[in-house]
Amino acid sequence: MKFSEAWLREWVSPALDTQALADAITMAGLEVDAVEPVGAIFEGVVVATVIAKAQHPDADKLNVCQVDDGSGEPVQVVCGAPNVDTGQKVPFARVGAVLPDNFKIKQAKLRGVESRGMICSASELGLEEGHSEGIYVLPADAPVGKDFRAWLQLDDHTIEVDLTPNRGDCLSLRGMAREVGCVTGTKVNEPGIATVVARNNAQFPVVVSDGERCPRYLGRVIRDVDITASTPLWMCERLRRSGIRSIDPAVDVTNYVMLELGQPMHAFDLDALNGGIEVRRARSDERLTLLDGQEVVLDGDTLVIADHDRALAIAGVMGGEATGVSGETRNLFLEAAYFSPLAVAGKAREFGLHTDASHRFERGVDPDITRPAMERATELLTAIVGGSPGPITEVRQPAHLPRRPDVELRRERLSACLGIRLPDEDIQRIFRSLGMTSSAPGQSWHVQIPSWRFDISVEEDLIEEIARIHGYNRLPVRRPQARLSLTSDDEASQPLRRLRRHMVSRGYQEAVTYSFVSPELQALITPGALSPTLANPISSDMSVMRHSLFPGLIKALIHNLNRQQQRVRLFETGLVFQGELDALVQTSMFGGLICGSREVEGWFSSRDGVDFFDLKGDLESLIALSGEADAWSFIEEMHPALHPGRSARLYRQGKAVGWLGALHPAVRAELGIKPEVYLFEVEQEALTRGVIPRFTPLSRFPEVRRDLAFVVSDDVGVAPLLDAIRARAGEWLTQWQLFDVYQGKGVEEGFKSIALGLTWQHPSRTLNDEEINQLIAGVVEVAQTRFGATLRS
Amino acid sequence: MDHLPALVNEARAAIAAAEDAQVLDQVRVRFLGKKGEITALLKGLGQLSAEERPAAGERINEAKQALQRELEQRRQIIEQAAMQSRLEAERIDVTLPGRGQVNGGLHPVTRTLERIESLFQHIGFEVAVGPEIEDDFHNFEALNIPAHHPARGMADTFYFDATRLLRTHTSPVQVRTMQSQEPPIRIVCPGRVYRSDSDLTHTPMFHQVEGLLVDEGVSFADLKGTIADFLQAFFERDDLNVRFRPSYFPFTEPSAEVDIQCVMCQGNGCRVCSHSGWLEVMGCGMVHPEVFRHSGIDAERYTGFAFGMGAERLAMLRYGVNDLRLFFDNDLRFLSQFN
Repeated sequence: MKFSEAWLREWVSPALDTQALADAITMAGLEVDAVEPVGAIFEGVVVATVIAKAQHPDADKLNVCQVDDGSGEPVQVVCGAPNVDTGQKVPFARVGAVLPDNFKIKQAKLRGVESRGMICSASELGLEEGHSEGIYVLPADAPVGKDFRAWLQLDDHTIEVDLTPNRGDCLSLRGMAREVGCVTGTKVNEPGIATVVARNNAQFPVVVSDGERCPRYLGRVIRDVDITASTPLWMCERLRRSGIRSIDPAVDVTNYVMLELGQPMHAFDLDALNGGIEVRRARSDERLTLLDGQEVVLDGDTLVIADHDRALAIAGVMGGEATGVSGETRNLFLEAAYFSPLAVAGKAREFGLHTDASHRFERGVDPDITRPAMERATELLTAIVGGSPGPITEVRQPAHLPRRPDVELRRERLSACLGIRLPDEDIQRIFRSLGMTSSAPGQSWHVQIPSWRFDISVEEDLIEEIARIHGYNRLPVRRPQARLSLTSDDEASQPLRRLRRHMVSRGYQEAVTYSFVSPELQALITPGALSPTLANPISSDMSVMRHSLFPGLIKALIHNLNRQQQRVRLFETGLVFQGELDALVQTSMFGGLICGSREVEGWFSSRDGVDFFDLKGDLESLIALSGEADAWSFIEEMHPALHPGRSARLYRQGKAVGWLGALHPAVRAELGIKPEVYLFEVEQEALTRGVIPRFTPLSRFPEVRRDLAFVVSDDVGVAPLLDAIRARAGEWLTQWQLFDVYQGKGVEEGFKSIALGLTWQHPSRTLNDEEINQLIAGVVEVAQTRFGATLRS
Repeated sequence: MDHLPALVNEARAAIAAAEDAQVLDQVRVRFLGKKGEITALLKGLGQLSAEERPAAGERINEAKQALQRELEQRRQIIEQAAMQSRLEAERIDVTLPGRGQVNGGLHPVTRTLERIESLFQHIGFEVAVGPEIEDDFHNFEALNIPAHHPARGMADTFYFDATRLLRTHTSPVQVRTMQSQEPPIRIVCPGRVYRSDSDLTHTPMFHQVEGLLVDEGVSFADLKGTIADFLQAFFERDDLNVRFRPSYFPFTEPSAEVDIQCVMCQGNGCRVCSHSGWLEVMGCGMVHPEVFRHSGIDAERYTGFAFGMGAERLAMLRYGVNDLRLFFDNDLRFLSQFN
């Protein structure tokens, strides 16, 4: 809602300057977005008449004009505007005037002819955007010699208020004035609206077949109008200051009344209508070409204004092209109606429209303003375009008119909610100022709600009104009281915070990437994987929900590689979305990525690039936080985006919970990533779930360590071998170290040597050699029989 | 016996000449060892008469002890010198940087979210989370935003189909908590939220923290106190001015926007606060009875307040970040500034 301060002050004028007025409006809950001067700054411009015009002797495009600026002496000016003519009233900048951007008007000679001043265009005075076609021609009654600024009331501001959707009642000067009067305690001057006396009996029949959606419809015929007449400047200026362009008197007046009283109206060309008006639901597939030229196909849920042949307008949204008013229009049919919010809600958006009318009807238009608005519009319009108005035709279905039920406000509830007991007089005063009538106070107030307050229906709404008008910042401040009660704390689980910090201390930077990714990238990383697709994405590369954290991490990597970052270590936590919408699983994941050198470049470091075991080591240390590293296994499996020989699926207690591996070289090539990249992602739940430590008594007896080296085939995994050895090494095995893996000289090709250190300790006695030897024999046997291992001598 | 002084002088000279511990030990052996020259004199005492013997013995012993003292002194000097030269040899450039992994860092949004969570956890709030793909009921209906309500236009929603969408706020978590838990309820709900909006000051995804307190006797005064305390604690400014402006959210009544005195210009007016001296930082209000009804909470017995704020906005103000989009570029040069 945008309006002129001067216009508002005609209704209500508190003793506040512009800024204080704007602040008061903001603090009433109607947030002022902007306060702008209505015109640029200039001075020394007066209203003048062009009394003579002659061709410039030396320039085809220039005229030498004589101007009467009220000073008594004609003033000679050279003017280049093509539309300048004798008899015109014009804004005239005298010598010494200062126009916007500090442009000073001086006496000058143009091609040898003296020029003392300048006839101005609207854009030169900052009254029109862009460049005006010619000089600004003023109405004939403009007073010569009068200061132009003062005459046009340009010392005014446009106040723009960002209204919340509940306050449709403030979408008019009338509504704003009521609010300002209320919060500043100033009297509001409602201008009187006279009943227009009908000057003929012309009526156009109206039938309303959907009274629920249109409980009140008013129409009026105005005959013999001249739409080519000009809208008066004061009205054009008020419209301009409200952000509305002047079109023709019919449109201007309906817009003006909408701004003034909040009632959207429509003017039809009566001669284009056939038979009578019918307010009905559209027929399915009924077509209508709207005022903006767009043809829409209607459905049975859309309320239309129709005549006996066809739909003319979408009720409360927009009129049709065929029956709109034009310069040739001789007879008008004016409409002012109450359409219920439900009739209009969502309709405008359905057709890709948003109009001033639909904006108001969706939020609720005062059902009691329909008739005053019709009278006001008739009065204003006939003053401009002449014509002879007929009587008002009204179709009314009172049963469907909105009724604002009385609301009960309990005294106890009010003070409990606000934490303060306000005096009855204050409460009564607030009710009065809001146009509410209330019963005498008892245990509660019985409050009648005015017709324009669509937003007040329950007790809490009244509490807010009291709080709002009293002033939120004058209400007391307290702290909530609560019983101190301990809550349980799951010691076994690791908070996500700890996992994050662990990654941070291992050199990882946390990333936050969008949850929607490009379908192409997703298809490259997880081909065939299903995840929901947005119906209305911002762009196609953010249209599908991520199935994995990999695409986002890879995109962040590429961003950094493109900015000369050599060493990237990132992690991210967040949901991934797997499956179709109806079988969707949203899982919290923990993922990471490394690329570049293993160590930070430094005087001590090597330039070695990262490998699988760097990332695995970081992941294992993360896993170890749970205290249950044994529950995890890394199994060689194929992932479409990972190198088949360098990828593993992660299992926790037999359940697949994630992946780890090198980004597939083909994927890297596709994405233009040169260095090797290693990634992991794991279900957060698997990482956070852990165990509570369990104490084992310390043994006082010596431990025995034996080192063994096995030669096994290359394709034997170390982890299963170790698991088998540990299982066979008995309950007294306390430590096991894999201290060497060797391939090369001395070991046959296709084989590797694995060196283990095994340590035994008995809790209550010293182990003897014989026992140890037996255990070792068992270990060697299981390694030989199950893994084809030979003991290296 | 007569050559004792000469022998002592000779020994002294040898001690003084010894440059390392090994040579010094050879000197000791030569003079004071079992077969040493001084030792030999002592052994020769037996050949003297009983009268001469004590005096001669005393002289030899004195000489021996003197030499032992000198040997000891010399040994200490040599050891000190050896230690000295070893220390010098082992000297390093202590100004070289240390070895090892450098730290990474948390994303500034996480840092902010954790900070907000902590402040509320300290007064007994718990952290609650929920799904990001939500349904119409939890994101809108239960929050008193029926279909076609103009308030749906307040947040442009990403849809999957007619009823499923990306949550536009974390309020659905509040609904889910109220449906499953009896009051008193004290929760904060941090998380990602989505709105179909992308320009200089909007990203289609951002983070919110919403809070909810439901109990008997909770009032607007409690809300004001909690919010003001929180903002002053978050910005670590006890004198931070906070004001409450009436506003509208379908799920609260009364509702308020919260402004703080601009933290960039201390309220004097600057570009960040559009020269108003105030910054809008969050919304809040008393839980609407309709929301309680949808969540199965007795609105007569319980009252509550709810609030919500954007984490990026608070992070920008707290750390002076001037471009929202940086949060999601994941540029290391940006991220590492918050380590």
